[in-house]
Amino acid sequence: MTVQQASPPFTIERDHALALLHQMLRIRRFEEKCVELYSATKIRGFVHLYIGEEAVAAGVMPALAADDAIVATYREHGQALARGLPMRAVMAEMYGRVEGCSRGRGGSMHLFDAAARFYGGNAIVGGGLPLAVGVALADRMRGLNRVTACFFGDGAAAEGVFHESLNLASLWQLPVLFLCENNLYAMGTALERAHARTDLAARAASYGLPSEAIDGMDVLAVEAATARAAAEVRAGGGPRFLEFRTYRFRAHSLYDPELYRDRDEVERWKARDPIALFAGALREQGLLDDEAMARLEDDVAAEIADAVAFAEAGALEPVEDLTRFVYSEERRP
Amino acid sequence: MAEFRMPSLGADMETGKLAQWLVKPGDRVARGDIVAVVETQKGAIDVEIFEGGVVQQILVPEGSEVPVGTPLALVDGAVPSASAPPVAAAPSLPGTPAPSAAASPAAVPAPAAPVPAAPRVRASPAARRLAAELAVDLATVRGTRLDGAVTLDDVRAAAAAKAPAPAPAPVPAAEDRAAAMRAAIAAAMSRSKREIPHYYLGTKIDLKRALDWLEAENRKRPITERLLPAVLLLKAVALAVREVPETNGFWVDGAFRPSTPVHLGVAISLPHGGLVAPAIHDADGLSLDALMAALRDVVERARVGRLRSSEVTDPTITVTNLGEQGVGTVYGVIYPPQVALVGFGAVVERPWAVGGLLGVRPIVSATLSADHRASVGHRGARFLAAIDRLLQEPEKL
Amino acid sequence: MTATLPATVKLTYREAMRAAIREALQRDERVFLMGEDVGRYGGCFAVSQGLLAEFGPERVRDTPLSEDTFVGAGIGAALAGMRPIVEIMTVNFSLLALDQIMNNAATLLHMSGGQFNVPLVIRMTTGAGRQLAAQHSHSLEGWFAHIPGLKILVPATLEDARGMLWPALQDPDPVLIFENGRLYTLEGELPAEPPPVDIAHAAVRRPGDDLTLITYGGTLGTALAAADRLAAEGIDAEVIDLRVLRPLDDATVLASVARTHRAVIVDEGWRSGGLSAEVSARIMEGAFYDLDAPVARVCSAEVPMPYPYHLEQAALPQPDTVAAAARALIGAAHG
Repeated sequence: MTVQQASPPFTIERDHALALLHQMLRIRRFEEKCVELYSATKIRGFVHLYIGEEAVAAGVMPALAADDAIVATYREHGQALARGLPMRAVMAEMYGRVEGCSRGRGGSMHLFDAAARFYGGNAIVGGGLPLAVGVALADRMRGLNRVTACFFGDGAAAEGVFHESLNLASLWQLPVLFLCENNLYAMGTALERAHARTDLAARAASYGLPSEAIDGMDVLAVEAATARAAAEVRAGGGPRFLEFRTYRFRAHSLYDPELYRDRDEVERWKARDPIALFAGALREQGLLDDEAMARLEDDVAAEIADAVAFAEAGALEPVEDLTRFVYSEERRP
Repeated sequence: MAEFRMPSLGADMETGKLAQWLVKPGDRVARGDIVAVVETQKGAIDVEIFEGGVVQQILVPEGSEVPVGTPLALVDGAVPSASAPPVAAAPSLPGTPAPSAAASPAAVPAPAAPVPAAPRVRASPAARRLAAELAVDLATVRGTRLDGAVTLDDVRAAAAAKAPAPAPAPVPAAEDRAAAMRAAIAAAMSRSKREIPHYYLGTKIDLKRALDWLEAENRKRPITERLLPAVLLLKAVALAVREVPETNGFWVDGAFRPSTPVHLGVAISLPHGGLVAPAIHDADGLSLDALMAALRDVVERARVGRLRSSEVTDPTITVTNLGEQGVGTVYGVIYPPQVALVGFGAVVERPWAVGGLLGVRPIVSATLSADHRASVGHRGARFLAAIDRLLQEPEKL
Repeated sequence: MTATLPATVKLTYREAMRAAIREALQRDERVFLMGEDVGRYGGCFAVSQGLLAEFGPERVRDTPLSEDTFVGAGIGAALAGMRPIVEIMTVNFSLLALDQIMNNAATLLHMSGGQFNVPLVIRMTTGAGRQLAAQHSHSLEGWFAHIPGLKILVPATLEDARGMLWPALQDPDPVLIFENGRLYTLEGELPAEPPPVDIAHAAVRRPGDDLTLITYGGTLGTALAAADRLAAEGIDAEVIDLRVLRPLDDATVLASVARTHRAVIVDEGWRSGGLSAEVSARIMEGAFYDLDAPVARVCSAEVPMPYPYHLEQAALPQPDTVAAAARALIGAAHG
């Protein structure tokens, strides 16, 4: 059974729809758990929550191939989970355990997974864009038809490196999918206070990249746009730029008192909660009922409880190993 | 009953101020409800509760600042949230160290014989090592480099030119009944040399004015009340200590504990080869006559073994005067836990430049052995300079 | 009669580096050269002249003036299976790429718990002496040598210019190669089949017994000239070329100082917090009781490099100042 979406016209299988909902829910509940664990000092340092933006990661990942590459930011729990990094490994990483996806060495901002071609987790705003350009360059030079998806925010669009990277990717026609998650704030600085021209997609287009702005709260719109753009990149069309207009419901990081924005604005965006929107649409089409929703929630709760237990039971790397991983321990051919 | 605790709201948060309660006892709360407002350095933050139930009791009133993890309220009726953080341990105050270490040695030992340690010569580490190997006395080697330091070449030249240094005088055979004292002295002196980074400064002091003045003073006194030159030296040291307090006190538990009173230890040789160095209390405040009397008294009692324990444990700095033995210069070993030792040699008539002319003066060699953890060279130098200066105005001692 | 290849080849340091890059491009298809003006211009210092024509624009890539991004792209390409040689025209412009070098190249291996290594080579021209004034005359090798995760090479001879690049490319971790601009015209002879060199050890360029001169890169010639002057005065100086600034070869330096008892470090960088301070500290730690004199340092004057010739020369270490520093360590008793 399929559901019609009003705009853009798109048909979708029930199983896939429920998978998208499940993914968003999974990310949402994971992030909420992080709040609890942070308050209890189980997780330390900086944690940047994805709550409100789930539709972007959940919509992008199904549109990418298994051997595509991903470069992300420090707000990357959603991307990591949606890409398939095991929740146990991500949670253990937050706990600083050696079973974490980065051996506990990275923490929340530095999730890495070589098998998933997940190149982090980068804490310097804009720092990942050149890496994405380089990964795409390598794939191209090696004759591999792969896309490199690069996530970054509206803040990164002010950094010089954003302009350098879009320019170079366009100049060399590299297979990079630039994915801008415009949540209207670079930490505490609103978009219009940072950019003389706030239409980010239009500015990206000036570098010769076909660019589009998408409603980032609509998971189907995200998925459709990403699939289209990725196909064009894969067909040798050069880089593409997608601006996802989205919003984070919580502070920039745990914690900030959000002095820079109106409670009213937050509430307005919360009315467009991507999970509620999608679940509502599915219910209207009769593809989702309370029982199915409860099953999803139970699944997610169980997975999270399992991940927390795994992390709690995890081991700490011995202090004697402190200076490992500064240089490679084996010669890699 | 579940405890709602002060949450961690940031990487560097240690305490938070409970600015406002949004619930009261009897209110029903659900997971995710905002129940309080907490003030942090970044501003006011709404705090949510992670378990549902009925608020039973508010434990911390509005306006209180408490560490992360402190229970703020009791809530009944739900599974407790993820195990709460332990209450942050109160910062431990550094304990005041007991001054007992100063009181521990039962018998304050003294060096049995002048320790043949050289005063600190500016010599490179390599030269120093070679000098030891070749038995060359560094103090006798001239440094020919521009910076004046003694170098390897200088040591080699000295070794070639001079006969090997005489073997140090053998230590007098210990008598049986002093063997225990010697063992204690050995242990203490070994510890001193092992633990205390000694530095040595020496100076020669012109005692003409002091001795002339003393002669005049003594003419005014009956023989029984005449002052010894040693008293001038002791008083000068006691006063000089006030100017350089880093010489007066104890090194205990990794730190220097300066002493306000100046309890001057005086090294006294005992019959049959022992030494003690009891304190003359508050020597800086004693008149010369009082100091003389105290010195006479403590020497008598030391020689018959009737010292008070406070005299044995209290010296804050020690003076050793081996001038009577005819020794020119004394290079002493500090008695731990003290941080300085002043040595005086014999007063000897020497040629001396005075006002551009060559004369003969009574000169005494004064040395300071000091703990480099407590004082630095130029402060030690000030100390010796102060002693010199004080001895030039004996009437003020 | 078959023609025999010459046993040795006469060439300059520049040509030796070009030959090294050429060999790398031929031997390993993962290698490519990327940087400003490396292709059509032939390289700012003419090192890559002719390589574009020989290897094509895929392997020899001209980049826009975007140090931050093309260095980061080099890192990304290395992450994804290539062995790039990124050329930053000079160390002066590397400051624009410091974020990528420090926060990515040096740290990705560690942050990822060992999953991602960065087999990248960055080449940079460095140093002063050509009246290029304050913004074009830096010697920052010591700064980069401060960073764990990087390896720092300084070829000061033709052999090293020819030989260091290949092992650097085969190394699994990021390697920075600094070429002092004054060395490009250095001329000499190399075997036609140059033997491989290591990228781990310092080298004794001139043996001696009375003192050790320790240096690297552009000031090797200065130290050797100073040694000649000292020899005429009966002072026999040993000259060590550090070659590798991170990790430093302590063993070679300490063995020398243990024997000569005196050390002078010659460094074109500034003395405050520079590489000379690090070497001095290590000598103090490892050879203190062998020292007959404090360790001396001859470094560039603490001033932004001035333009006029006489001031620039006064700011740089010179054979005379090095010899004077060495002489001060020796006393009149020296026979």
